[in-house]
Amino acid sequence: MDNHSLLFNAFIYLLAAVIAVPISKRLGFGAVLGYLLAGVVIGPWGLGLIKNAQDILHFSEFGVVLLLFAIGLELNPARLWEMRKPILGLGGAQVVITALILAGIGTLFGLTGSVALVAAMGLSLSSTAMALQLLTEKNLLSTPAGHSGFSVLLFQDIAVIPMLAVIPLLGTSITGDAASGFDWTVLLQAIGVILLIVVGGRFLLRPVLRMIAATGLREVFTAFSLLLVIGTSLLVNMVGLSMALGAFLAGVLLAESEYRHALESDIEPFKGLLLGLFFIAVGMSIDFGILLRDPLLIVGLALGLVVTKMFLLYLVGRIYGLPARQLPLFALVLSQGGEFAFVLFGVAQATGVFPAAINDILIVTVALSMMTTPLLIVLHDKLIEPRLDRAPATPMDEMEDEGHKVIIAGFGRFGQIVGRLLHANGIDATVLEHDPNHIETLRRFGFKVFYGDASRLDLLRAAGAERARLLVVAIDDREGALRLVESVRENFPHLQIIARAWDLGHVFELLEKGVHVYERETFEGALRMGEQTLKHLGFTAWRAKQAAHRFRAHNEDTIDELYQHYHEDFAVRVRISTDARDSLRESMQSDEDHLSTQTDQDWRQTSSDDSNSIPVKTD
Amino acid sequence: MNNNSNIVVYFAHLDIERSLINRALCDAVRDLPQVNFRDLHELYPDFFIDTEAEQTVLRNADLIVFQHPIYWYAAPAIFKHFLDTVLMNGFAYGPGGTALQGKDFLLAVSTGAPVEEYQPSGIHHYSFEELIRPIEQTARFCGMQFLPPLVLHGGSCLSQNEIDAHAAHYRRMLEEYKPSNIS
Repeated sequence: MDNHSLLFNAFIYLLAAVIAVPISKRLGFGAVLGYLLAGVVIGPWGLGLIKNAQDILHFSEFGVVLLLFAIGLELNPARLWEMRKPILGLGGAQVVITALILAGIGTLFGLTGSVALVAAMGLSLSSTAMALQLLTEKNLLSTPAGHSGFSVLLFQDIAVIPMLAVIPLLGTSITGDAASGFDWTVLLQAIGVILLIVVGGRFLLRPVLRMIAATGLREVFTAFSLLLVIGTSLLVNMVGLSMALGAFLAGVLLAESEYRHALESDIEPFKGLLLGLFFIAVGMSIDFGILLRDPLLIVGLALGLVVTKMFLLYLVGRIYGLPARQLPLFALVLSQGGEFAFVLFGVAQATGVFPAAINDILIVTVALSMMTTPLLIVLHDKLIEPRLDRAPATPMDEMEDEGHKVIIAGFGRFGQIVGRLLHANGIDATVLEHDPNHIETLRRFGFKVFYGDASRLDLLRAAGAERARLLVVAIDDREGALRLVESVRENFPHLQIIARAWDLGHVFELLEKGVHVYERETFEGALRMGEQTLKHLGFTAWRAKQAAHRFRAHNEDTIDELYQHYHEDFAVRVRISTDARDSLRESMQSDEDHLSTQTDQDWRQTSSDDSNSIPVKTD
Repeated sequence: MNNNSNIVVYFAHLDIERSLINRALCDAVRDLPQVNFRDLHELYPDFFIDTEAEQTVLRNADLIVFQHPIYWYAAPAIFKHFLDTVLMNGFAYGPGGTALQGKDFLLAVSTGAPVEEYQPSGIHHYSFEELIRPIEQTARFCGMQFLPPLVLHGGSCLSQNEIDAHAAHYRRMLEEYKPSNIS
């Protein structure tokens, strides 16, 4: 029964998402609004299909954690350090100024000082999930606005920690209990855990990942990826830090590891689904009872919040010197209240800072404010953006810059030769390799190698297949190569493929899939060996080489001829193949005959060795 | 006998196994201690000539011999490729290109047709001397002494004795060779 309802709930969520999101996207509102509306529809105030919105909200907040982990993966420590100024300056200014102003407004509305302060702190934070999702969706993360937005969000994630620490103190002061003072052991614990993550992440994680990768079981790797994120989150949560922050830290520490792309693509679907679920849950948790009881107040609060935050963000961004044409977007994307507000208000109510009534009103306000953001983005795109300077936004700092022309899939005995030849000629390639042992060795020699199964679309995309020009398929797996080729032909049709083929059958399968540049993996080696053998039997190097050339040419002709008949039935194929074997013998024989006949003739007519020396035709 | 001289013989033939004259000529000089015998097709069947190695060989030689049959009024193609990739600017000519200056150059070649065909009334119309002007001028351009070529005409109608006599003559020439630039 329980199981049944779980599956039923999952069915409802997925159905709602599958229906609402495409419609919303089609109408130009983006996926986020689609999820939110889907939540409203299936929630207790819509069709009432789902009752426990709060549990789902809590559970799906893990999507935000995964999101932060994924973002951490794209930021290595050095880059994070470069961002310290916007994080502390811009982020700090935004949070402090917004919280103070909102608290001031709150007291004007007659709230007591501590209630106003806690409410203002919660409302000053934006929704990381919403803002990053929108920025990613619109591919704006690498623009100045996206960059600054991200910095602010990161600061907010950190700011939650002291806020959470302060609320109980405010609570106790109201209820009149003896203030217990700040607990220093908590701070020490937090520092200890962060150190543990940094040290462990740097020295322990990579060997463990290598071991797990060596098992070759993808699901185990996926399991470990999730385990890593959940484990880190629980660990930091234990000492009162934000789970998202812990996951972000773990991500940053793995940003430079070769498993980055693999982790990224393993986490991706969970992240996407959970974030979707999170937005659905936000939609569901909008308490229309409260909204309908006092619609003017709630809508007024939500709009007031958004307008105030937008104004302050604009101001702070302006002072900080963001380019004028990026300012509206920056202000807009962070204008909503966020998921941290839910958490803070929850704590505030539990510790008695808030009466339940205020908590309910504020939560509806925040949820409603989140609904405005996708709409504001649409307005921005339609009304503000066209009036701005049309000069293209110059990316401040590419988050991803593996823009190599060549991707080599498979860097074993075969791919290495290709890669090294390119490398020696100043062409750097992005390399995908699934054998962790190779990766370690190659990294030591300065190659840029990424771990993962190359036939996975997400990994290819992460490796820059969209921008690359050539894909060298050198993987050690016949079927895998075909799968890879098929997926690339379908998803990256511009990418030219050069494939390693096993044998004639594989050549035909590759030709069938539209690959025309191939190399049979053993053919050239075997031919060279035959040539060496001839040489050691006393052939001159020249004659052995010529024989090999002739053999190759004949062989390639045969392939062309065979392929023309490839589509005929199997029996025909077999017959052709037998014919080819005979014709090869005949042909080699005839080459030999031809050569000796010609020479003999010439020799007899000129009675000289230097048969070629006279350019005189002899009929 | 002057064993202090250094001779390099460059050789190419498209079908040495069936050759009589050139095989005899090769066998006649290959074992001489002062001769560095280099079969270009054997060394470079891919035409990927090691420029640096060959420049060193040339630098060390007093006498450079090009031995080959005449194909279409010239050497086999690999000789042309040898010139194009080894006699580089700065080595054989141009600023600092003095490596070959003062060396001797000998052409040791064979033709199918008898010498009478190399005149206006013959099938080849020009005298043999005129036909080999390009290689002669190449040698001169690099500051080498172009020795009178050793030509065996009419390979098509020679007896084994005549071939053997020519080979012996070739061997003797190399044995008795003394660098002309030694003062």
